Amino acid sequence: MSDPATNHDNVLEEAARWQAEGRKVALATVIETWGSAPRPVGSQLAIRDDATFVGSVSGGCIEGDVVTRALDTLETGKPEVLEYGVSDAMAWEVGLACGGRIRVMVEPVKG
Amino acid sequence: MDAHILKKLVDDRAEKRAVVLATRLTDGIQKLLYPPEIKEEKWLIEVASEVLASDKGRVVEGPDGDWFLNPFNPPLRLILVGAVHIAQPLARMGALSGYDVTVVDPRTSFASAERFPDIHLLTDWPDEAMAALAPDARTAVVTLTHDPKLDDPALQAALRSPAFYIGALGSKKTHAARVARLTEAGIGEQDNARIHGPVGLAIGAKSPAEIAISIMAQITETLRK
Repeated sequence: MSDPATNHDNVLEEAARWQAEGRKVALATVIETWGSAPRPVGSQLAIRDDATFVGSVSGGCIEGDVVTRALDTLETGKPEVLEYGVSDAMAWEVGLACGGRIRVMVEPVKG
Repeated sequence: MDAHILKKLVDDRAEKRAVVLATRLTDGIQKLLYPPEIKEEKWLIEVASEVLASDKGRVVEGPDGDWFLNPFNPPLRLILVGAVHIAQPLARMGALSGYDVTVVDPRTSFASAERFPDIHLLTDWPDEAMAALAPDARTAVVTLTHDPKLDDPALQAALRSPAFYIGALGSKKTHAARVARLTEAGIGEQDNARIHGPVGLAIGAKSPAEIAISIMAQITETLRK
């Protein structure tokens, strides 16, 4: 069962496969949560250089921003820790509608 | 993350080896830890053992900055005894829920690859199969055959193990008869109480897939609550 659609838990395997195909890959990992966070610590997202991604770090609220910031690390080569809190819908800010707060580490996979 | 660490991590997962990925948040330095093997500082190995046991990653303050420790335990296991109709959707739901699923049934007409594509099948007698599988605290066992010759030895083996969930298909009446047989065989009241029977959450399930949902839901409840 290597179909990424059914293999939703195999984020690292997918990252390794992309890497082996010669693509640039970044990873995002939930490292801390407070309050009602949608995905637990350790949840991961693998991002390919064309912004294709598998896995999740939230219920879909912050993935868009995390993907962008993870792709940035492919340029800088440096990991970053990002923090997301309660969203302010009026301000169109990226955040968590559920009222939780999370910290996410984004990092490039270095060949 | 260095590509070689990613590759090692993927290999460890494929070989079902417990490992902790430790990342120093200040500079992104990473190490793979295999407790109880002590190749790193004692404090790091201690926290690594703890995150593996709890299966929960966390950030810890180390003498040289904050570290994030992420445990990668081998998958949870689901052992189904009886390659019956309910086992077909249940095996797939178990796999989808992240379990390493094994279906045990000595009746090869039931335990066939056509009926269970991509599922690990064992055609040994349940007592031998259970001895080989050695259920641990991250294992759920469900008996589905309705046949005491197959179900009872599997249940007795499950009750001797630290399996976190044990379920047995059958009505209240069937279950009462089963408990009477197990008591006769020397199983105590407390042990018999570990068996979820009738199996599954009471959601009025009728079809095999619905019954599989109720069982998978009860296993999840037992694991997470």
